[in-house]
Amino acid sequence: MPDHLFVGKSVPRTIEADKVTGKAVYIDDLKRPGMLYGKILYSNHAHARIKSIDISKAKQLEGVRTVLTGQDIPDVRVGFLKDQTVLKKDVVRQYRDEVAAVAAISPEIAEEAISLIKVEYEKLPAVFDPFEAMKQESPLVHEIDARGRPLKSNILPLPWKFETGDMEQAREDSVYTSKDTVSTTWVNQCCMGTSGCIAEFDQNSNLTLYDQTNVIFGHIGRITEYFSQIGLRGKKIRVVNPVVGGSFGTKLDTDIYEFIAIQLALKTKKPVRILFDREEEFQALPPRQPAVFTIEQGCDKEGKLIFRHCEAILDNGAYTSWGATTPSVMMMPMSSLYRVPNVYFKATCVYTNNIYAQAMRGYGNPQATFAVETSMDTLAEEAGIDPAEFRLINRNRPGDQTPMKLKITSCGLEECIKAVKEKLNWDEKQGKQNGRGVGMASLIHVAGGARVTKSDGHGIMIKLDEYGHVDVIESGTDQGQGSPTVISQIVAEALGVRPEDVFLTFGDTALALWDAGTHASRHTFMAGNAAIGACAKAKRQILEMAVEQMPKIIKMGLKRKKRKDPEFVEPDLDFGLIANPEDLDIRDRMIFPKKEPDHPYFNLPLAQILQNGLLVGTGQSKVVMAEEFYDPPTEMLNWEMKGNLSMTYAFGASGVEVEVDEQTGEVKILNLIAAHDVGKAMNPTLLLGQIYGAAYTGVGYGLTEEIKVRNGRVMNPSFRDYQMLTAMDVVPIEVVIIEPIDEAGPYGAKGVGEPGLVPTAPAIANAVYDAVGVRITDLPITPEKILTALKEKK
Amino acid sequence: MKKVSVSFTLNGNTVTAEVPVTWTLLKTLREYFELTGAKEGCGVGECGACTVILDGEAVNSCLCPIPEVEGKSVTTIEGLANEDGTLHPLQEAFLKNNGVQCGFCTSGMLMSSKALLDQNPDPTEDDIRTSIAGNFCRCTGYVQIVESIEMAAKESK
Ligand code: FES
Ligand code: FES
Repeated sequence: MPDHLFVGKSVPRTIEADKVTGKAVYIDDLKRPGMLYGKILYSNHAHARIKSIDISKAKQLEGVRTVLTGQDIPDVRVGFLKDQTVLKKDVVRQYRDEVAAVAAISPEIAEEAISLIKVEYEKLPAVFDPFEAMKQESPLVHEIDARGRPLKSNILPLPWKFETGDMEQAREDSVYTSKDTVSTTWVNQCCMGTSGCIAEFDQNSNLTLYDQTNVIFGHIGRITEYFSQIGLRGKKIRVVNPVVGGSFGTKLDTDIYEFIAIQLALKTKKPVRILFDREEEFQALPPRQPAVFTIEQGCDKEGKLIFRHCEAILDNGAYTSWGATTPSVMMMPMSSLYRVPNVYFKATCVYTNNIYAQAMRGYGNPQATFAVETSMDTLAEEAGIDPAEFRLINRNRPGDQTPMKLKITSCGLEECIKAVKEKLNWDEKQGKQNGRGVGMASLIHVAGGARVTKSDGHGIMIKLDEYGHVDVIESGTDQGQGSPTVISQIVAEALGVRPEDVFLTFGDTALALWDAGTHASRHTFMAGNAAIGACAKAKRQILEMAVEQMPKIIKMGLKRKKRKDPEFVEPDLDFGLIANPEDLDIRDRMIFPKKEPDHPYFNLPLAQILQNGLLVGTGQSKVVMAEEFYDPPTEMLNWEMKGNLSMTYAFGASGVEVEVDEQTGEVKILNLIAAHDVGKAMNPTLLLGQIYGAAYTGVGYGLTEEIKVRNGRVMNPSFRDYQMLTAMDVVPIEVVIIEPIDEAGPYGAKGVGEPGLVPTAPAIANAVYDAVGVRITDLPITPEKILTALKEKK
Repeated sequence: MKKVSVSFTLNGNTVTAEVPVTWTLLKTLREYFELTGAKEGCGVGECGACTVILDGEAVNSCLCPIPEVEGKSVTTIEGLANEDGTLHPLQEAFLKNNGVQCGFCTSGMLMSSKALLDQNPDPTEDDIRTSIAGNFCRCTGYVQIVESIEMAAKESK
């Protein structure tokens, strides 16, 4: 391995200094000339018929520019299953349904106008429990589907099913079996920057959408389709990303508020901004989807897994966004976390009159891993095997192909589990049930892209100016993960410049090539590979230029020297050393012959070559510009839900030591070990930040966080009542980095954005069991649940 | 709407704002002075994204009615760097130690910790955590923020 100047080093985030000086411009800070402020009126029933909407007072309010209801805009269906309209005009199906919208000259006026709108409803029977909703006699959330055909059931037409092996035989062959039912709840992504966008049309009705998204190109298809139905067929859409105040999955879909901003802008012919307040963010932003799993596993005498059988019910809420596709990711841990030959997994998404769901960091994996890892512990106990040992027996190994046809290339799971064991002093502490306990859980996640759309590509363009500045046009987004720094390190390394020479433009569909989105922990992997490819091409152009320019510059220099100092004896130089681009290299802004890197004459600054080579004169001037579109040879899942959808997979294990107070039910985390196979740590300090942040969110998922939904209504729409961890919730955390250097990754790196979250909650649950002998199978693990379980146990 | 005229010191300069009497300090900073570094993460005093320093104390500017600022001294994130443009040790430390990710909480974090270091140049980890207890961050898990503040305290000595 050649030694790297920048890759693998903890380069500071200097490139993002605007974020520590208040200069960074978020959607909240962005204003466009003449901009109006949009506000949405939501339903206050879970299921009701709209009898009338009176907007007359709102319209008369000074400063109001338009008031829209479902009557005023085309009745076009949007969303993943086209199961809703932008403004609801007949029926509302959940508390957050959008029934009217206002654009006004100030947010205060918009707010006041909203309060002046009077809506009369007629209540309809509602259903809030997915199991109830599946029953024949349950009220229907939707009476017809997107094509107007009558619906008979609340079950979504999305049959998620995966089956491999012979389940009947496997059950027979199993010596030990276990069965558990576990459930997880709604969790809000809690981005500190709330959702928002500005929609602006030019005179020719082309749209620019300034938007908090992390999938800039995702909007274009959806809005183009919408445009084609509202008389704007063929219009151009440009999505521009300001600095993003966190994403964590929230910004994958085109949300209804974005369509509303577009409608308000169309109507008023002014730019319109909609920005959620915190309460709205809690109530109207699709959160992580809840699920109930019934999971069974069986193993042989030695503890080798023979089968895994799991059925999941997902509360879809009233409409369908990406939340309904999380089973496609659940399938990964279900089929491929640990070696298990016979697998059955079925997920059913059910409409209810609850809030609907989207993606959140981990995309279904945290829920499914909670199920699998709970089951791993109960089966280990059944088989009388130490839970860590049980995991080691069944661990994935490099070279495996899993039942889902995932090709495991590098795999550091063994090292991760062993590291957790050692750091927790596992053998000494496990199995005591004396109020203190240890638990662990592992994970698998995509780490080399995720082919969930036809193209999983990422494009990068790079150009150099005559001063050696490198412009990189990234097609992804940065939502805080540190990509500006990491990509500048990669470009600096691959091109031979310094990180501070690299200038990045993120998130503008008009400039960038294409990208599938900054999701699925894919950005460093995809953009890194694209950057390396683009740099190789640009470097070639520069070195071709150097072959032309270097001899000229050197000879001129010698001549000048001679002129100044007649005594100077011209050295006999072997220009053959720099005669071919292949013989040259660039490192730390200098160009030199590979054979003699320290050659006293053949070492020239890159900027000098560029100055001489770019601006040459009539007919000969050049540019250095290169692009690379990296679309890896991965597969989309086939109809059997099989296929190698990522170039590589991340593995890891979390270990937790807890102390449980049997009087109060309080859980205290004494120690959290997060061991992760990351391929290669591109920037160790930034990498730690990803794992710390994800693990903390995982602790919240495990212990405190829950959107309390009662009869369809969010009961705790504020930070005060939604218990996100604060700096006072000290979690002693140690990260162990395993670097197996993955061949497919840029400099060996794998994706790491989501993995830290995935195994945390189940590790806590397992540790609680080890501490006090009660198994909490329903997240979050609150003191009340522990006390109830302890009482039952006695 | 009834307006008030409020004079105070803002990042070292004497200023006067003529704004509706119902405006908060946060709104005045962001809308009247176009200092958008302080953020609104909740608007109701629960997240700390709007933290500024008012007469030496870190406060949630979203809760502070503008008339109450009369005659006082306000420091915002825009006033944290040194006059020559070099960064404050806290800012340097946040960049160096990944105390900033998405950055939305960062202005508030920096102002809370600046108020702390001004009063207590040698804080313990507990002091640091207490000083940012009202500042939520979803990205970092606070670990590297706390470390950054420790680092800045050491560096400032
Ligand atoms: S915006 Fe002031 S505390 Fe949240
Ligand atoms: S850095 Fe994103 S919220 Fe703190």
